[in-house]
Formats: sequence, C-alpha cells, structure tokens
Amino acid sequence: MVTVLARAGIWLAVLFLAVIGVALAADGGFAIHMGIVAFAALIAVWFTVSGADYSAIARGILRMPDESRYDDDPVRWGVIATVFWGMAGFAAGVFIALQLTWPELNLEPYLNFSRLRPLHTSAVIFAFGGNALIATSFYVVQRTCRARLAFPGMARFVFWGYQLFIVLAATGYLLGITQSKEYAEPEWYVDWWLTLVWVCYLVVFVGTIVKRSEPHIYVANWFYLAFILTIAMLHVVNNLDVPVSFVGSKSYPLFGGVQGALVQWWYGHNAVGFFLTAGFLAMMYYFVPKQAERPIYSYRLSIIHFWSLIFLYIWAGPHHLHYTALPDWAQTLGMVFSVMLWMPSWGGMINGLMTLNGAWDKVRTDPIIRMMIMAVAFYGMSTFEGPMMSIKSVNSLSHYTNWTIGHVHSGALGWNGMITFGAVYYLVPRLWGRERLYSLRMVNWHFWLATIGIVFYAASMWVAGITQGLMWREYGPDGYLVNTFADAVAAIHPMYMLRAFGGLLYLSGAVIMVVNVWATILGKLREEAPMHDAAYDPEADRPILAPAE
Amino acid sequence: MANKRVDEATNTETVGHEWDGIEELNTPLPRWWLWTFYASIVFSIGYVIAYPALPGIHGATQGVLGWSSRGQLDKDLKAQQEERSKIVADLAITPIEKLPGKPALMNAAKAGGAAAFKVNCVQCHGAGAAGSDGYPNLNDDDWLWGGDLKAIQQTLIHGIRQPGDDQTRMSQMPAFGRDGLLTPAQIQDVTSYVLTLSGKEQKSAASQRGAAIFEANCAVCHGPDGKGDRQFGAPNLADAIWLYAGNREAVAAQINNPRHGVMPAWGNRLDPVTIKMLTAYVHSLGGGEDFAEPAGAAQTETQSEAEATAAE
Repeated sequence: MVTVLARAGIWLAVLFLAVIGVALAADGGFAIHMGIVAFAALIAVWFTVSGADYSAIARGILRMPDESRYDDDPVRWGVIATVFWGMAGFAAGVFIALQLTWPELNLEPYLNFSRLRPLHTSAVIFAFGGNALIATSFYVVQRTCRARLAFPGMARFVFWGYQLFIVLAATGYLLGITQSKEYAEPEWYVDWWLTLVWVCYLVVFVGTIVKRSEPHIYVANWFYLAFILTIAMLHVVNNLDVPVSFVGSKSYPLFGGVQGALVQWWYGHNAVGFFLTAGFLAMMYYFVPKQAERPIYSYRLSIIHFWSLIFLYIWAGPHHLHYTALPDWAQTLGMVFSVMLWMPSWGGMINGLMTLNGAWDKVRTDPIIRMMIMAVAFYGMSTFEGPMMSIKSVNSLSHYTNWTIGHVHSGALGWNGMITFGAVYYLVPRLWGRERLYSLRMVNWHFWLATIGIVFYAASMWVAGITQGLMWREYGPDGYLVNTFADAVAAIHPMYMLRAFGGLLYLSGAVIMVVNVWATILGKLREEAPMHDAAYDPEADRPILAPAE
Repeated sequence: MANKRVDEATNTETVGHEWDGIEELNTPLPRWWLWTFYASIVFSIGYVIAYPALPGIHGATQGVLGWSSRGQLDKDLKAQQEERSKIVADLAITPIEKLPGKPALMNAAKAGGAAAFKVNCVQCHGAGAAGSDGYPNLNDDDWLWGGDLKAIQQTLIHGIRQPGDDQTRMSQMPAFGRDGLLTPAQIQDVTSYVLTLSGKEQKSAASQRGAAIFEANCAVCHGPDGKGDRQFGAPNLADAIWLYAGNREAVAAQINNPRHGVMPAWGNRLDPVTIKMLTAYVHSLGGGEDFAEPAGAAQTETQSEAEATAAE
C-alpha cells in the first residue's frame, strides 16, 4: 500500500508541476509540452492506482513475480514500439526525400523540411533504433545472464519514460522547439527527462548483470553496457546548457564557437559509434549465433575488437570538422583515429559473418539469416567507407555533399535497419508464444525490397555526392570556377528522384513487416511452402533457479 | 573452462563457456586482420609525425612537413593569382571601351566575369541571368539604363538607387494613386492606354481617355510614344518585356504606388578589374550594344590610337 501511495504521489507531483508549467509558460511550445507531460502523468497515476492488487496488499503479501519466467512484457512493448516508430521514421524519410526533389511539398510552417528532417533522424535513430536496443537488451541480458530483470518497475518506467521523451522530442520539432544541434535537437527539459530515464536504464541493466546465474558476462552485454554508459556521458556533456527561463523552452549551450562545434561532433560521431555501432553489434552477437545455431567465430577477436573499438571510436569525432576553424592538430588526430578504427570495426563483421561457418547453406534457406548477414555486410561496407571519408583529401571532395547522406544510409538502412528487422523476426514468435512467423516468404519479400531500396539509395547518393564535389571545385581553363551552387543542385535532381524511389522500396518492405508481425501476434499462420526456421525449445528458455547438481 | 569441446564443422576448439546455448570458438585472430590493424597504426604514427598533431601547453606540434591548412590555402590562392596576374594587369590598364579591340583579353574578361557573376549576381538576376519579377533579364537587348560597355560599367560601379552614392542611377516614378495625382478611374484609363502600346489590349474608349492622361503625366519620362528614356531608367512600355509583369493588375499597381528596384553599388565591394570582367560578361550575354563615342572625343581617341598603331 505504501509503495502504491508513494508512486501515485510522485506522479501527482509531476502532474502538479506540469500544470504549473502550462500556466506560467513563457512560450506556446513549452505550454503544449507541459500539457503532454501532465497528460502522461495523469495516465501514470491512473495505472498506479487501478493496477494495484488491493486484495494482496490487504493480505499483507507482496506480489511476487514468477521467478521461473523471464520478464518479457517490456520487451513485447518495445518490439511493437520499434515497429511503430520505424514506420513513422521511414515514412517521414520518404516524405523529406520527396520534398528535396519537389520543394512545393514543403507545407509551411509545421511540415517544412527543416522541421521534418530532425523528426526523421530522431524517429529512426532514437525511436526505432533506441526502442530496438532497449527491447533487445532486456531480452538478451535476461537470457545470457539466466536471470529475471532487476527492478521490474523501473524497467517499465524506462520503456514508458523513453516513449514520453520521443513524443516530446517529435512534437517539439514540429512546433519549432530545437537547440539546433544535429541529433541533439530536444531542448533542456527534454534532455533532463532523458537523463533520468537513461540512468534508470543503466540501473536495470547493471542490476540484472549483477544478479546473473552465469559465471561470465557474454560479449553482447559488454557492447550493451558500453552503449548505455557512453551515451549517458555524451548526452550529458553535449547538452550542458543554461535555460533562459525555467518555464520556457529556450536555452543556450555552455560551449560556444569551435569548442561548441567540437563537443557537438564528439557527441554526434559517438552517437554513431556507441548507439548505432556498439549497441547494434550487441544485437548481432546474440541474434546471429541464435538464428544460425552456430558458435561465435572467435572469442579472442571479440575481446580485441571490443576494446580497440571502444578506445578508438571516442577520438574520431573531429573528422566531421575537416577544413574548418578547428585547429589542424585536432583534425589530424580525428583522421588518424578514424583510420585506425577500420580493423576494430571489421572485427565485428568478421565475427558476424564467420559465425556462419558450417551453416552457410542457411543464407539460402533462411531469409532471417539472410537479412542478418546482409546487415553485417552493409556494416562492413560502411565501416570501410567511414575511415576512407575521414582521410582529409577524400573528405575535401565528399564533405557537405550527398555522399555523406549515402554513407549514413548504407549504415542506417543496411546495418541498423536489417539487423533490427532480423531481431524482430526472431523475437516476435518467441515473445508471443507462436509456432513460427505468420509468413517466412513475406520476410523474403521484405529482404529483397529493402536490399534493392538500399542499392538505389546508396548508388544515387554516391553519384550525386561525387557530382556535387567535382562541380563545386571545377575550374575552367581561364582559372575561374565554372559552376554555381544552383547548377550543382539542378544536376543532381534525377539522383534525388532515384533516392526517393529507393526509400519508397525500403518503406514498402517495412509495410510487409508490419503485416507479418501483426498477423503473427494475432496467432495466424499463413499457409505456404515452408522455408526454414531455427529451433526453439520453450523448456530451456528460462532462468536457472538453483545451481545444477 | 570446463566444457571445452571441438566443433565438428570447423574443427576448432570452443572456449568452454555457454550462454543461452551460444558457444564461442577459440579461433586465433585472422592474420590479415591483425597485420592490417598494425599497418593502420604505423600509418597513423607516421602521419602524426608528418603533420600538426599533438597538443601541448604552448601549442601543438607542427609536423615535419611544415604543412598547415592556412598555409595550404595561402599557397593555392597565390598560385591562382599568379596564373591570372598578366590578364589582371592588362585589364587594369585597359579602359573598358577598348576591350572589344583586344579579343583575347575580352575572352579572358568574360570568363572571369562569368565566375564573378555566379558569386555576386545570380541571387537576383538568376543563374542564367534571365532575371525574375522586379529583376531585369540581362540576356535581352532591352536596357533600362543603357547597354554599352561604359553604361553597364557605370551601373555596376554605382548601382541603382544606392543610398549614399551621388553618382548612382537615380529616378523615382511618382505614386500617382497613393499621392492623389490621379483618381482610380484615371489610373484604369491610363492602364488601358499603356496596354494598347504593346498590343496587349485593343483600343477602347478608356484607352482614348488614357492617352490624354499619359500625354500629360507619363510622356515626360516614358516618351510620347511610350518607348522609354534611359536617362531616367524609364522602361520601354511598347515592347513585350516587363520588369514587374505586364498584366492589368500589375501595371495599375505600378502606376498607383510604384516599386523601385535597388542594385548595390559594386564599386564599394569589388575591385575595378572584377567589375570590368562583369561588364564584359553581361555585355556578352546577348544584348550588348556598341559604344557610341560622343562626337568630339571620338575624333581625338581615334587619332591617338591610329598614331599608336603607326608607331608600332
């Protein structure tokens, strides 16, 4: 009873503060945001009070979770959230690709490119990717530790608190609330909220590792832990700022000028390094060997590439600021650390691909494995392209062009997207206790639509980027620049159309996934010729309670 | 390390741990991977020695190559300047009206002008110099202030309606409607007349009335036949080219409360040689006019030039 009262009290206090925030708000955007927070707190109060088991409280018995089962509710919600936000992010991406091609589609002011672009990037990175990471980490850490989640209430707060962060961030972009830092656009109060959620996430994750029944910590958990810890550090440092008013949305950053730029790209690059690389490598390290039913290729490689990746990645950020006001020495270091990062990154690719040794036929028979392997292949490609683009002479051609956009998307669509789809397809039948997916053949369709979509996307952006780079630096025989900026824009228009087409294919594949996941959750099985699926033994899928005799 | 076993498919020993059914093989690091990793480290050390890299208390190491990004930019700019120096020097001493007599220099000036145009002029006049609403098209032969080299150069140096420049191209069309010089009905009439000049409307009773109003109010600048006057930058109203659109509403709006375009005085921002280049480029776009010397000056100029030629 005391816990219920305490929890309801906290949520009531949040509700109260949010209502005061609405009343005193210095700007309309802040008032709307506090309204959303108040609404969320109201829902939390209602669930706290209505969800309490009063008869159990009356009997003086604590509600004990079933320790013989894994705590998978937050994972189930997370998988649904991943699919939902993924669709939102992909659709926004296709729309802004069309806006770049046909600027008439800019719907002022709420749906113009500059507001939808951060909506797209945040939706795919933080909403789609973030939910995938939180959900899979909760799934993987329980199974590889053979223990239930520590602090189940806090795990639920992490999930719902993270969704509130996403809603506040997304509505903020549309309302024009932004601190104008790429991938860190949300304003100070949203940052503070995410910090609280993230610390709880760390506590749940570390708590589960601490109570593990396995003697050793599995490599996937090293990567998840590196991701959670580093993101906490990056997020806090890059968002050190001074609010103009505690009831207003605007703030000013602590770091200015080139220091501000360096902190921003230290954050931005390591968001790629620790969110999109380390976190997703953790997914790879669990789901690839499970789906392939093969041992990890090399334990030694996993140690060496983990530590070298973690050590080197954090210094590579300055390569985003080549040929700027950043001092030459910092640019040099940014470049050499990026070059040294090539092999540590490829260590993950080798361990992913070579785990298929002895089971390569599954690439032919199992579309889920094919999806994961394609993800690892794209990972290898982007982590070669990245160090190459960080070399200053290459960067002088590629920087500020669409080559960068192509590079990011071969990583995001190819690596992050495909490995997440693979994990979702692995998880859904197991989480909802289904015999298999609704349709493996639809997975196959998803695979091909996504792959062809990425090929259109990446190839058109390579051509567009190199075209731009060459046109900007083209000198005529008399020693004068040949092209205007607008000439280069006109030249890449066809490439923009192809890119939008590639994005549309990728989105279509994701729509097929939604249908497939939906039908699987409903318990339907499509009648079709079987392809292949990995074995699942529900008996073994549980924590170890007592040490084996 | 209790459960080590040899994996059959790969004939490799496992490490002996197992998590949720996942085992790990004890495969050594691939040699090519390790050596490439070492090679990238060796490359990086070499690069750090060669280039500015390591920060200290009183600044960073400079690198044995002595390279710096500012130094590189300086060198590149100097090299470009070097390449252009002869043409720039020639252009500096050649009066603009003499350029057509030196085709090689004229061509170089046009190329330089094209580049400068892309940086400074396309924002208003468009990438193809075709203009837009309120910004003249520079490809045609309809000039507001004159289309020979000297006139274009004058416009470029001093601008149009540039505040603070006493030689700027200046004129102001009265706000006939706003200031009550004409009644709304009169404005409609004179609009009808103006539109008959270019054949956009048929003659009518309104245009007949408008003709008299035009004669009394407009002809002083736009000329009795409406063909404009470059002295005032008064546009030709009898052709198909319109600065602010040629439909009835736009013409009436201009008479009622006219818009006045401003072009910056580029003489304050660009050096004389770049302005000459821009002049040559704009002149070459299609509508450039030959320079007509004032009668007296032409005589002496031609003579001295003839003497110069003879001396050679």
